[in-house]
Amino acid sequence: MSDPTPRTAVPNLIITEDNKFFFDAAREGRLEIQRCADCGELRHPPGPACPKCRSFNWDTIEASRKATLHSYTVVHHPPDPSLTYPLAVGLVDLPEGTRLVADIEGIEPDELELGMELEVGFGEHAHGEILPRLFRPGGAA
Amino acid sequence: MSGISGKAAIAGIGATEFSKNSGRSEWQLACESVLAALEDAQIGVEEVDGMALFTMENNPEIAVARALGIPELKFFSRIPHGGGGACAPVQQAALAVSAGIADVVVVYRAFNERSGHRFGAGPPPFAYAYNTDQEYRNWINPYGLLTPAAQEAFLARTYMHRYGATSADFGAVSVLSRKNAANNPKAWFYERPITIEDHQNSRMIADPLRLLDCCQESDGGVALVIVSAERARDLPHPPAIISAAAQGIGPQQISMSSYYRDDIDKMPEVELTANQMWAQSGLTQNDMDAAILYDAFTPMVLLQLEEYGFCGRGEAKDFIADGNLEVDGRLPINTHGGQLGEGYIHGVNGIAEGVRLIRGTSVNQPTKTLNNVLVTGGSPVPHSAIILSADR
Ligand SMILES: [Zn+2]
Repeated sequence: MSDPTPRTAVPNLIITEDNKFFFDAAREGRLEIQRCADCGELRHPPGPACPKCRSFNWDTIEASRKATLHSYTVVHHPPDPSLTYPLAVGLVDLPEGTRLVADIEGIEPDELELGMELEVGFGEHAHGEILPRLFRPGGAA
Repeated sequence: MSGISGKAAIAGIGATEFSKNSGRSEWQLACESVLAALEDAQIGVEEVDGMALFTMENNPEIAVARALGIPELKFFSRIPHGGGGACAPVQQAALAVSAGIADVVVVYRAFNERSGHRFGAGPPPFAYAYNTDQEYRNWINPYGLLTPAAQEAFLARTYMHRYGATSADFGAVSVLSRKNAANNPKAWFYERPITIEDHQNSRMIADPLRLLDCCQESDGGVALVIVSAERARDLPHPPAIISAAAQGIGPQQISMSSYYRDDIDKMPEVELTANQMWAQSGLTQNDMDAAILYDAFTPMVLLQLEEYGFCGRGEAKDFIADGNLEVDGRLPINTHGGQLGEGYIHGVNGIAEGVRLIRGTSVNQPTKTLNNVLVTGGSPVPHSAIILSADR
């Protein structure tokens, strides 16, 4: 039986001791990257240990929010009520050295080009979560 | 040859019809396919003493054993990662049989994936569990990467950009599969081939993936019976000897979204599995006479051709264009029509086709002698593969 009210298929965030910093910072408009407190290696997505030196000690740095488009897709089907379509989603390289996935706003799909400069901003997503969103440089709210 | 190579064989295959609405329970589909495979092997139901399944299988061994009156199971194991692990239950079965833990191990996969929960519709029910297994969804699902097609699209685009492959190059896989399916009365797309224009005109799902780059969604079940090679030789069908069976997880792998590696269009877990194929069997890719390459989405066929070393990096489009994958080509693939054409039974229908190729009973049986057939699981998730060989 189908649900009469449209409901997002996006699962609730799974917030743990390892990744809470990211979502807390996003709500305040900051993009943070986890850093090994022993060897300095950055990692994303977050995890409990440094894959390079296996240390459990970590802190975070605030990223510049500069980004370069590494790859992208434009999703058409099936649509989710929490997003608008066609939906461009990008995988970006951050100058800090990690990557990030986020949806792209304010750029027509046919204007997307690998290697183009973008900026990481934030916006409301499913379940009211404030999460990263990609914009043209200077276009983030 | 080493380890389990040559010690076990697939002696029976069975399936239900492949449909869009089976009209019966998944449990019944599992039971029907198991009985069909045992009948094919000419092994009594009461002789089954092991089962190896997907973790995603909704019909547990305990339920099928009860329904079919299988008195005792001494071995039961489960493999995660859906179609990526498709060949791994066969590895489990071969391990159990060759170690003497069990004598007759059944592998099955049965679901109403079209009339029930559709994987293409969004995250599966288990995606909503609050655990480390599903934590990776934090980084893709909220942004709209909700389906496997959307999650694979980054790799496909990077691959196209790097090597000049086009949507039509992906479409060639779809056209070939539908040509093979058109000859297969069991295929959903029996007598319904497509042209490259059909592919190019099919609607975009997750650019660059079009509808006809995506496999079907199907209801149905497939089962396999694994016994020792010695026992298999006394059974009615020529045994499909398991010459290699392996799994692979690569560095910094994330389910469907290993986006943080240097080259996102490489699949080291597939390479890891490929290397085990050759090491276990003492064979090379040049010894593979045919292959069943997991084809939930067309780009993964190109990437697998390269990871298994059938051609160089970026050369798959030319390898395909040169006709190598045709039924009478160098490496016929997906002769049943694949999951694009026959049905989507999470790769297990492809294993059954591998057995038919070894027996010489495929509807699209190549004219050449087939000694070795590679069968692969899905990607870009943890991977698995087997080599099936004729008993010569
Ligand atoms: Zn470290």
